[in-house]
Amino acid sequence: MEKPINNRAWLLVAPVFLIVAFSAIVPIMTVVNYSVQDTFGNNQFFWNGLGWFQELLDPSTELGGRFFAALWRNLAFSAIILAIEVPLGILVALSMPREGWKVAATLVVMALPLLIPWNVVGTIWQVFARADIGLLGYGLNWLGIDYNYTGDTLSAWITIVVMDVWHWTSLVALLCYAGLKSIPDAYYQAARIDGASRWAIFTTIQLPKMKRVLLIAVLLRFMDSFMIYTEPFVLTGGGPGNATTFLSIDLVKLALGQFDLGKAAAMSLVYNLIVLAVCWVFYTVMTHAGQDYDGNRRPQEETPA
Amino acid sequence: MNRSSRGGAIVMVLYLLFLLLPIYWLVNMSLKTNFEINTTVSLWPRAITFEHYIKIFTDASWYTGYINSLTYVVLNTIISISLALPAAYAFSRYTFVGDKHLFFWLLSNRMAPPAVFALPFFNLYSAIGLFDTPWAVALAHCLFNVPLAVWILEGFMSGVPREIDETAAIDGYSFPRFFVKIFMPLIASGIGVAAFFCFMFSWVELLLARTLTATNAKPIAVTMTRTVSAAGMDWGLLAAAGVLTIIPGALVIWFVRNYIAKGFALGRV
Repeated sequence: MEKPINNRAWLLVAPVFLIVAFSAIVPIMTVVNYSVQDTFGNNQFFWNGLGWFQELLDPSTELGGRFFAALWRNLAFSAIILAIEVPLGILVALSMPREGWKVAATLVVMALPLLIPWNVVGTIWQVFARADIGLLGYGLNWLGIDYNYTGDTLSAWITIVVMDVWHWTSLVALLCYAGLKSIPDAYYQAARIDGASRWAIFTTIQLPKMKRVLLIAVLLRFMDSFMIYTEPFVLTGGGPGNATTFLSIDLVKLALGQFDLGKAAAMSLVYNLIVLAVCWVFYTVMTHAGQDYDGNRRPQEETPA
Repeated sequence: MNRSSRGGAIVMVLYLLFLLLPIYWLVNMSLKTNFEINTTVSLWPRAITFEHYIKIFTDASWYTGYINSLTYVVLNTIISISLALPAAYAFSRYTFVGDKHLFFWLLSNRMAPPAVFALPFFNLYSAIGLFDTPWAVALAHCLFNVPLAVWILEGFMSGVPREIDETAAIDGYSFPRFFVKIFMPLIASGIGVAAFFCFMFSWVELLLARTLTATNAKPIAVTMTRTVSAAGMDWGLLAAAGVLTIIPGALVIWFVRNYIAKGFALGRV
């Protein structure tokens, strides 16, 4: 059924539009303003044109080198955690208990890491991974493995990746589980009659049904890992050196630490544009996937877990 | 049962252990004395102490952190839900000029990195005199919570048949009366879920909350980070404060367990 056209609906949307515009457009205009100016303090600003952008996008300058290093670091991090969390999340979703009290208990425990404040996630892993007081760090060193996340780059990366897997795999798993719940039993019965193998059931029935939720999961995980700040900030502070300085950490250092307004503003805009572009690609794919599905713009399925 | 489900049980048990172990360690630390933490690595507290919890509940500089956090979180949840309700209704019931673009724009704000907004928000809220008040943080968190609430509520509202709106109109209900008396009870679970997620995302965020407050409205997350650097690592106290921040989430999770996936998927499951 088509929705009626009614432009007075804008009246209902107006409050949301106003507050989000206040929170999004006004600050972005400030950033644009800063990004084309230079300052020597005392609130005196000079026109700098596109200078900051040229410097930012040229890897041979100090600013550009720093930006691209953080960008590649962040992209590598996002790729690694997606490569771990998506398959693991699917595996966990497939392993969920079918019925009874176990389902509710499992869901609650799984959701627990998602609801912990992000700085506390960092704290949890700090006290867990430290070599002197943490179970993980102490245990690894006791086994003879050289592990020290504050001094060693590899240890720091592994700790942050494991922390992110711990924090967010449940999100992927919960989404996949919701997708799996929407598959009617008749599909499985038909597969059993046809003598389909476990793998065939997975690739022909379960995976296609999970396609939409997986898209959402990948979008959310990519975006949130691309703007990760608090957890590594608490755990490693971006170190050792700059080894775990991701884009957001670098930006905050530049903007609030060094108060380098022009550079920080240019970086903010480029950063935001990347996010917007990726977001748009996903949104387009998502709406099209929805149309293939059953002809609607966005199919709604009630899936009480 | 067959082999594959036994394999599934093993995967599940291992995964849940992996999730619970670090949390157990935090609880373990919070019940130890600092002397025990610094001298031995023990799997359970040798002498259980509640001194860290008692300190948090009696020291104003600690417990006001929780009060400040809860203040802006509740403010933000109320603002977000009350603004998002009519907007979500409009998106679920009508086609209007620019609706798809607006919907995408809202989504893009949920995805925008808070780091980009830290400095301009600092300037903005200083300029309008709200810096270091709960209102500044509550309004700043609207940036991602209002879009989130709109998306979640729209998902739930689309599940309500439109005939109900038409029947109510024929029965002589005005729109506001229909919305409050008939429609809102129908999507009560959706409102609950949206409120829960606004609460949660405001509760877990640190960067903006830290940037927009100094002393009067300092959230608990900031109290935690500052004490760590200043007081020479009071691990037991830090662990106890961490445990206390987990509790609100753990308490309400039970009520929304069936809708968790839907909420995290922005209502799109």
